[in-house]
Amino acid sequence: MTDSKYFTTTKKGEIFELKAELNSDKKEKKKEAVKKVIASMTVGKDVSALFPDVVNCMQTDNLELKKLVYLYLMNYAKSQPDMAIMAVNTFVKDCEDPNPLIRALAVRTMGCIRVDKITEYLCEPLRKCLKDEDPYVRKTAAVCVAKLHDINAQLVEDQGFLDTLKDLISDSNPMVVANAVAALSEIAESHPNSNLLDLNPQTINKLLTALNECTEWGQIFILDCLANYTPRDDRESQSICERVTPRLSHANSAVVLSAVKVLMKFMEMLPKDLDYYGTLLKKLAPPLVTLLSAEPELQYVALRNINLIVQRRPEILKHEMKVFFVKYNDPIYVKLEKLDIMIRLASQANIAQVLAELKEYATEVDVDFVRKAVRAIGRCAIKVEQSAERCVSTLLDLIQTKVNYVVQEAIVVIKDIFRKYPNKYESVIATLCENLDSLDEPEARAAMIWIVGEYAERIDNADELLESFLEGFHDESTQVQLQLLTAIVKLFLKKPTETQELVQQVLSLATQDSDNPDLRDRGYIYWRLLSTDPVAAKEVVLAEKPLISEETDLIEPTLLEELICHIGTLASVYHKPPSAFVEGSRGVQHKRLPGSTGSGESVESPDTGSAAGVSEAPPAVIPSQGDLLGDLLNLDLTPTTTGPPPPPASSGMQLGAMDLLGGGLDSLMGDESEPPPIPLRTDTPQSPQLPHQSPSPPDYSPTEVGPRDHAGLVKLGGDLGGGPAIGTGFGAPPATMPASFNVPVSGGLDDLFDLGGGVGMAMGAFNPPKTVWLPAMKAKGLEISGTFVRRAGVIQMEMTLTNKAMSVMTDFAIQFNRNSFGLAPAGPLQVLSPLSPNQSIEAVLPLSTVGPVMKMEPLNNLQVAVKNNIDVFYFSCQYPISMLFAEDGKMDRQVFLATWKDIPNDNESQFQIKDCHLNSDAASNKLQGSNIFTIAKRTVEGQDMLYQSMKLTNGIWVLAELRVQAGNPNYTISLKCRAPEVSQCVFQNYETVLKN
Amino acid sequence: MIHSLFLINHSGDIFLEKHWKSVISRSVCDYFFEAKEKAVDPENVPPVLQTPHHYLITIYRDKLFFLSVIQTEVPPLFVIEFLHRVADTIQDYFGDCSESVIKDNVVTVYELLEEMLDNGFPLATESNVLKEMIRPPTILRSVVNTLTGGSNVGDTLPTGQLSNIPWRRAGVKYTNNEAYFDVIEEIDAILDKSGTTVFAEIQGVIEACVRLSGMPDLTLSFMNPRLFDDVSFHPCVRFKRWESERILSFIPPDGNFTLMNYHVSSQNLVAIPVYVKQSISFFEMGPCGRLDITIGPKQTMGKTVEALMVTIHMPKAVLSANLTPTQGNYTYDLATKVLVWDIGKLNPQKLPNLRGSLSLQAGAPKPEDNPSLNIDLKIQQLAISGTPCMVALTVERIFS
Repeated sequence: MTDSKYFTTTKKGEIFELKAELNSDKKEKKKEAVKKVIASMTVGKDVSALFPDVVNCMQTDNLELKKLVYLYLMNYAKSQPDMAIMAVNTFVKDCEDPNPLIRALAVRTMGCIRVDKITEYLCEPLRKCLKDEDPYVRKTAAVCVAKLHDINAQLVEDQGFLDTLKDLISDSNPMVVANAVAALSEIAESHPNSNLLDLNPQTINKLLTALNECTEWGQIFILDCLANYTPRDDRESQSICERVTPRLSHANSAVVLSAVKVLMKFMEMLPKDLDYYGTLLKKLAPPLVTLLSAEPELQYVALRNINLIVQRRPEILKHEMKVFFVKYNDPIYVKLEKLDIMIRLASQANIAQVLAELKEYATEVDVDFVRKAVRAIGRCAIKVEQSAERCVSTLLDLIQTKVNYVVQEAIVVIKDIFRKYPNKYESVIATLCENLDSLDEPEARAAMIWIVGEYAERIDNADELLESFLEGFHDESTQVQLQLLTAIVKLFLKKPTETQELVQQVLSLATQDSDNPDLRDRGYIYWRLLSTDPVAAKEVVLAEKPLISEETDLIEPTLLEELICHIGTLASVYHKPPSAFVEGSRGVQHKRLPGSTGSGESVESPDTGSAAGVSEAPPAVIPSQGDLLGDLLNLDLTPTTTGPPPPPASSGMQLGAMDLLGGGLDSLMGDESEPPPIPLRTDTPQSPQLPHQSPSPPDYSPTEVGPRDHAGLVKLGGDLGGGPAIGTGFGAPPATMPASFNVPVSGGLDDLFDLGGGVGMAMGAFNPPKTVWLPAMKAKGLEISGTFVRRAGVIQMEMTLTNKAMSVMTDFAIQFNRNSFGLAPAGPLQVLSPLSPNQSIEAVLPLSTVGPVMKMEPLNNLQVAVKNNIDVFYFSCQYPISMLFAEDGKMDRQVFLATWKDIPNDNESQFQIKDCHLNSDAASNKLQGSNIFTIAKRTVEGQDMLYQSMKLTNGIWVLAELRVQAGNPNYTISLKCRAPEVSQCVFQNYETVLKN
Repeated sequence: MIHSLFLINHSGDIFLEKHWKSVISRSVCDYFFEAKEKAVDPENVPPVLQTPHHYLITIYRDKLFFLSVIQTEVPPLFVIEFLHRVADTIQDYFGDCSESVIKDNVVTVYELLEEMLDNGFPLATESNVLKEMIRPPTILRSVVNTLTGGSNVGDTLPTGQLSNIPWRRAGVKYTNNEAYFDVIEEIDAILDKSGTTVFAEIQGVIEACVRLSGMPDLTLSFMNPRLFDDVSFHPCVRFKRWESERILSFIPPDGNFTLMNYHVSSQNLVAIPVYVKQSISFFEMGPCGRLDITIGPKQTMGKTVEALMVTIHMPKAVLSANLTPTQGNYTYDLATKVLVWDIGKLNPQKLPNLRGSLSLQAGAPKPEDNPSLNIDLKIQQLAISGTPCMVALTVERIFS
């Protein structure tokens, strides 16, 4: 007899029939009916109408019937809260049953009934059960606390259950300990700052003891909890490692991976010369290999984690290359991951084997996999110099197969190889050229065009080849167009005689017929360059290119450190910090590896303010060269001169560029029907700076230009500025607005900014210049710079999005974290057209102030997430508080007086603004532009007192008294506000507005 | 922790759902269906999916998808391991894990799920413990139940849950005390065209069936335990003893269980028991090709090779195959382009051979000559790794 009979519906009145059966006198019939009800419920049918009848069956001695009714209750109590009360008495009674099984069952079920009214009745029984003599009941009750917390967190805290739960960590039964830890971890997740799991050596010791004796699931909870602990010294660290190591031999792979996490983290603290350190390294490899023989789903998660481990400690798996060889019947997601790890492990010792494998893979059927395999061959060539020759010949073999996507992929990687090993493999160009016609993907076409342009002197018919591309110029993607433009200019510089016509054609196509600003700008620059000084042009365009680096796709070190702390979690699968995707309730908690004796890092407790984390990150990413560049830029900018920017150090290239901005260009502009206001990249106000300031291309190149980033190589104008250099250059602590205000900015710079933010200036409001919020290096090629403006009462976030990667970016979206003033996007991010490589786009995002509120530190900090088709990126920026000054911020004089008196003196704060040379009227006017209204002015003994008010969007009034003494450049300002926290921000704002 | 579970069949119907916390609408599965659509093959659906508010973790077993919904940061391996445990338990209870079996026993499955997880935390996942609380259906029991009104649900406290050895219940009694151990070894090997081993590893597992009364304490030792590269044990094995003496010492669960898994990697030479001579070629001229495969024994230590099966993934252009096997029979699936040759027992005197012609799609370019061959085989009574056979089994004490 099977349960399928419960599914046979006979007539329409099924519910009615069941009702009759439930109310039957016969026990047996009742039970059958309840079973039918449960069966319907499991398949998603709505049987909630039977609630009272089912609850009536609850008072029974039959354990099965009781369990079935409990099952039903858990599912439907929510929809029938009033009826659920009927069940309470039975629950309370069952909680005192002599049978611990029934006690546990009752307390467990009660916790699952998510009805507020019931939870009140639950407290007493739960308190008893938490102290029950039977460990089975205690462990069930521990979980019940977590359930209750989910329903009503306040109640749990008020009733003191959290403390009871903490006590259970010291319970004698390991299962109770494990469940208490699990419950506390879950509760802690929604209370990031609660410090619930206060780990100290004593509790750690208890956990380690329980670890050996509890179930596999309990071990996972305990290990994950241990991973949050930071040992005091290396001795403690070693002793914990020793006690965790046996878990590596557990049959449950989740236990193994959690143990690996603990070991990877605590290993950081061990001195490298310690014998134990070496032993531990050796012990880590076999379990990781064993994970790969498990089910494919487990393999996938294991591989994602191994990918991290290999990046952090390549020595662990360096001899295990073979286990990552792809098996024919691996699912595709496993294959792709294995391939990734193979490349990471590739070295001189194993390259022959790897190449042989990769070549096999390139003949497989799955297109994605084949592409990745071909790309992998290229990466091997770049990574292991000795293998480059073999890789190139393998790629040539693959090109001979004439399989379209293989050929295209091969050409893209060969271009990278050319860049890594110049003047070595150019003999293959002829073969590449044969396949010119079959290329239909932009990336491959761009790569091929680059090759043709770069080696134009060795390709006899280079002009014909390029001309053939030119025919359909307007149908090409921007990537190809830019590449074609550069290639033809290169060709012209190499063979000026035959190609004059061609270059003119492409320049006019780029400048006159294109509506892409990047293309146009680049066209103008070349045009100008060629017409003024061909020698300089040659030096610029044909300058030596920086070599590309071997390691690509590496996760940046700070992120990697954080991810290592999250081995085995979702974060490790997504390779994103948990703060990036875990929903709402959880605060941003950055985990750090403990400082190791070797690297000299200080031990840091997890810092909650993400701002610190974010602003700390960039210096680690930007290579030292970039820092140097940043310093240089700062130095150059510091002198406050009103004239044109200081002349750069003499170098041919820079002089050429310098000249570009001079009068010469005007003549060129004159020919145009609609000359843009400034010749260069009007879309990014700061970019015109760069031709003056930035050193020649080789200097600029950050060391981490990946092979995919072959990009314009010698790109002028904004492209040069695109690197991380600008991030460091403008705001030493990147992406923080006030910091960049404080940098004395030259007058020349100001003028340019005026042009950039024209509209804002017209209103008289000060709008800060755009700063780079998200450097391209941190965001896979997406650079975002921006600023905030307030126009006609609407706060807007103005951003320039620049694609510095090689692929087209689409699907942009934006989101804010909760912030002090509830700023939130009032609409979607309007980036309608896909953003082609090297293209910039302006986006204006209107903001509302009705979003969720959370106090930030500093107050005006805003954490932003931007998503595109590639990934999600995070940055934080600070908005000037004047954005929040409402237009109706002018207070009535009487009210002002009353309010000023009303606010206690403790709330008053005084600041000095130094070196401000405005008179009081000018200052008043200037401030008015930012919605700071002067209500009254009083002159006492040659000192002007301005009384001013402003109102924040959230209704907070700020009152100010500004004292200006003629002839004294130092102003004194007193601020009074009911929320004194804002004073500092407001003061900063005063300073910025008055000085600009 | 684990929020909800959906069971989905091959064609994408949700036929069972279970929520351990609040109810989540089944529309959350749409994200999964989308991914399933994209992946074409059910095996290729990524196991971890992100949706705006939830994470979906799936396993694919026995043509069923076990899809779990989680909301917070939970170790994905934990979830995957648990899902496999669910599938194992269903298999263990009903002998099979298929849609019809689950539908037939839906209430029992539901009760099992309820026992296995509480608020998303695993509760009782040991088969022994579960069976004590929810008795597996047997024909006899269902007859008795119908006659007497008894039930499948036990009314005792699962004693195992409280002791330090949760995997074994107290008071086991057998008239015949017996214990069986099966050593099952799988070789995973990749050979290149010329037959050289590119990669080989052995994955071993010791399955035990122990029916002993009381609380037996067993020890088991190996001839050459140094061969193992990595081992993982059932929780009952005392790890300290293994570390110091390389001896397995344990109090076994009652009934069937997996005692240990081990891994012998390619550092140790693995002998491949068969060799293959293959020639698959396609002609430049005309839409046809030729196939000739012979399989012979190699290092089988005198044991018979059984259940031999060759699977060839043909290039896309191959339309049909006209072949003659000297032994067994073959099928060619047009849709998946997979040729399967089921040979059966390998007779060393008369080597099985498959030869004939392949016809290709007219006009298609000449495919690659070397499609890969998968060879599956079984050899009874032979541990390929050679030595890891136990020699001593001592029962130290039995309380009865």
